[in-house]
Amino acid sequence: MATVTSRGTVTIHVEQCKGCDLCIPACPPGVLRMSEALNARGYRYPELRPGCTGCGACLLVCPDFVFAVYQYETPVRTEVSA
Amino acid sequence: MTRQLLEGAEAIAEAGIAAGCRFFAGYPMTPFTEVLEHFAKKLPAVGGTCINAESELEAVGMAWGAAATGARAATGSCGQGLALMQESFSELVRAELPLVILNMARGQGDYFQTTRGGGHGDYRIPSLAPMDLREAVELTQLAFHLADKWRNPVILYGDYLIAHTWESVEVPPLDFGALPPKEWASTGERRGRGGSRMVSSLGMRRGGEAMSDVEEFWKLLSKKSQRIAAEEPRFEAGFTEGAELVVVAFGTAARFARYAVQQLRQEGVPVGYVRPITLWPFPSEGVRRAAAGARKVAVFELNAGQMLDDVRLAVMERAEVSFIGGISTDRSQFGVGALLDTELIRQRILCALRGEEIPS
Amino acid sequence: MSAETILRTDAPPAEPARRIAPTSPALLLSEEHSLCPGCGEPLAVRMLLEALEETPGLKGAIGVVGIGCYTTFTRTMDVDAIQALHGRAPSLATGAKRMRPESLVFTLQGDGDMVNEGLQEVLHAAARGESVTCVLLNNGVFGETGGHMTATTVLGQRTKNSLEGRDPGYHGYPILIGDLIARLEGATYVARGSVHDAKGVARTKRMLKRAFASQQQGLGFSFVEVLTMCPTGWFIPTAEGPGYLDRVLGSVHITGELKRDGRVTPTEELRAENEKLAGERFGE
Repeated sequence: MATVTSRGTVTIHVEQCKGCDLCIPACPPGVLRMSEALNARGYRYPELRPGCTGCGACLLVCPDFVFAVYQYETPVRTEVSA
Repeated sequence: MTRQLLEGAEAIAEAGIAAGCRFFAGYPMTPFTEVLEHFAKKLPAVGGTCINAESELEAVGMAWGAAATGARAATGSCGQGLALMQESFSELVRAELPLVILNMARGQGDYFQTTRGGGHGDYRIPSLAPMDLREAVELTQLAFHLADKWRNPVILYGDYLIAHTWESVEVPPLDFGALPPKEWASTGERRGRGGSRMVSSLGMRRGGEAMSDVEEFWKLLSKKSQRIAAEEPRFEAGFTEGAELVVVAFGTAARFARYAVQQLRQEGVPVGYVRPITLWPFPSEGVRRAAAGARKVAVFELNAGQMLDDVRLAVMERAEVSFIGGISTDRSQFGVGALLDTELIRQRILCALRGEEIPS
Repeated sequence: MSAETILRTDAPPAEPARRIAPTSPALLLSEEHSLCPGCGEPLAVRMLLEALEETPGLKGAIGVVGIGCYTTFTRTMDVDAIQALHGRAPSLATGAKRMRPESLVFTLQGDGDMVNEGLQEVLHAAARGESVTCVLLNNGVFGETGGHMTATTVLGQRTKNSLEGRDPGYHGYPILIGDLIARLEGATYVARGSVHDAKGVARTKRMLKRAFASQQQGLGFSFVEVLTMCPTGWFIPTAEGPGYLDRVLGSVHITGELKRDGRVTPTEELRAENEKLAGERFGE
């Protein structure tokens, strides 16, 4: 088990996503990945792993206004498997 | 109100300013150029703007932008320049924008352009044809009123003779009645809270769906055109009582035709005339009534026969329609043709009355 | 993959947190649009509307929109708007600004609109020093009609009517419109940004704010060109859009402030500045 610190987090408007993948490489800590599941329109959408810094890069590069980005007052620690 | 000796171009510019025009853009082209010159001289003094646009397309574009903010705006040219602006004219109808277009035409050959239009889709633009400077002063102001009343472009069909003739005229501001405020204009003042305006020819609605009901929108515009057609035809007629032949003519050519008719009447020849003042909507009812008792209708215009079509449609089988006009212009192609001769016109009317061939 | 820890993202965090920015600008009436996945235009439009919101002392604003995929924003931007015909926005903006000088007037146009159909309009407005800001969304194709070559398409770029890539012998050369406009005396602030990554998006917003400030100060014509992705028009997967934009378009249409305070920035300076910025990381 390892501990990952997240200084921020996001909300993802899954149904608004068009699966363009632009957020994945844009995320500096690389904590976004595309889902296996599909949304109602048939697109994969981003999912969040621990380690977000709340920098807002995803917010800037998303053409479909999918993200809301937050910075924690106190960083949150998450236990992850290896 | 004092009378001044003014050339037509200046009288028209004065009339526009009297009507509240505060934006003008144009591109130099004979015989329209002096209209642009006079607006350029006069508009700054009343807080308006005149731009010497780099092309006709940019001129109509600038006037479009000015009109969209709620200002009284105008542009113009001769038929050649208006030919370049046709797409914009048709879209301006769909954007429901008031705009006055001053055509100082090179003669009467622009009748089809002004009444049918060369833009795309279903659209109609009212067109007013003055026969002299006094009427040009009146109709220029009426054009601004009608444009605002109907939220539609309006064309003033002038020509070389109107623009370049000097007459003693006065330019009184005319009041054609109250108009509603321009709530639709994009003035720049509304922003946020969903209150902004949108001036668009695409049938979209502010905040509405991307694909709105364009068909419904076009049908509404068409109904508006029908209302304009019902309410705004204008014409003038004379000597129609007991006339066996009625001459139909428009614009400056009508001045000559009227004179010829008047002379013939004094000699006891039973002729009359009717002069459409609105080319569109064509005063079909007025032409029909003027020609009611006549056997013959003779159309006099300086072109190959354009208003002739509308006269035929108005008169139908009620009288025999003939053409006593023709292509006639000067060497500079500005439309001051040799046919503008009351004696020649007199001869042609008599030929038509007697059923003889018109001398070529 | 299923062993990874995935966090909940369907609601704001329970822990105390600060939302760093609104998801969409207040001046955007709807987040819905029918633009393609991976389209760069919404990124540019968002920056434009935010720049507008953040312009101090704004008395009024009028947006004149051209014809292209971005035309959809005419009805969703909550600013007094005028729809223009293809290429004609600069002349409409001129008339509007002359009648409403206290309003900030901008155009929003694509490369097909501005550099093909409307080339003379934008050049004349710039030469005249018209007090408007023209904003160009440049993706090197006519997006809305299906991805054809425009005057800004770069050599070698594949489009519907240059399937083997733009060939100078057959198709001629691209027009670098930002650079052309920078050389007109009436233009005082000219910049070119690119939305291929978060840094580029943020930089584009700074350029838009400077352009608007320039208009507010009555300094003449301002121009911001924004390179945007069009994976559909480029026949590539959406994920490859940003890389293609930076590599293929960005290597010809060089980003940076092309003209500032009346001085044209030499290309070597632009490249040097870009290299410096490339070394910086976004965020943190």
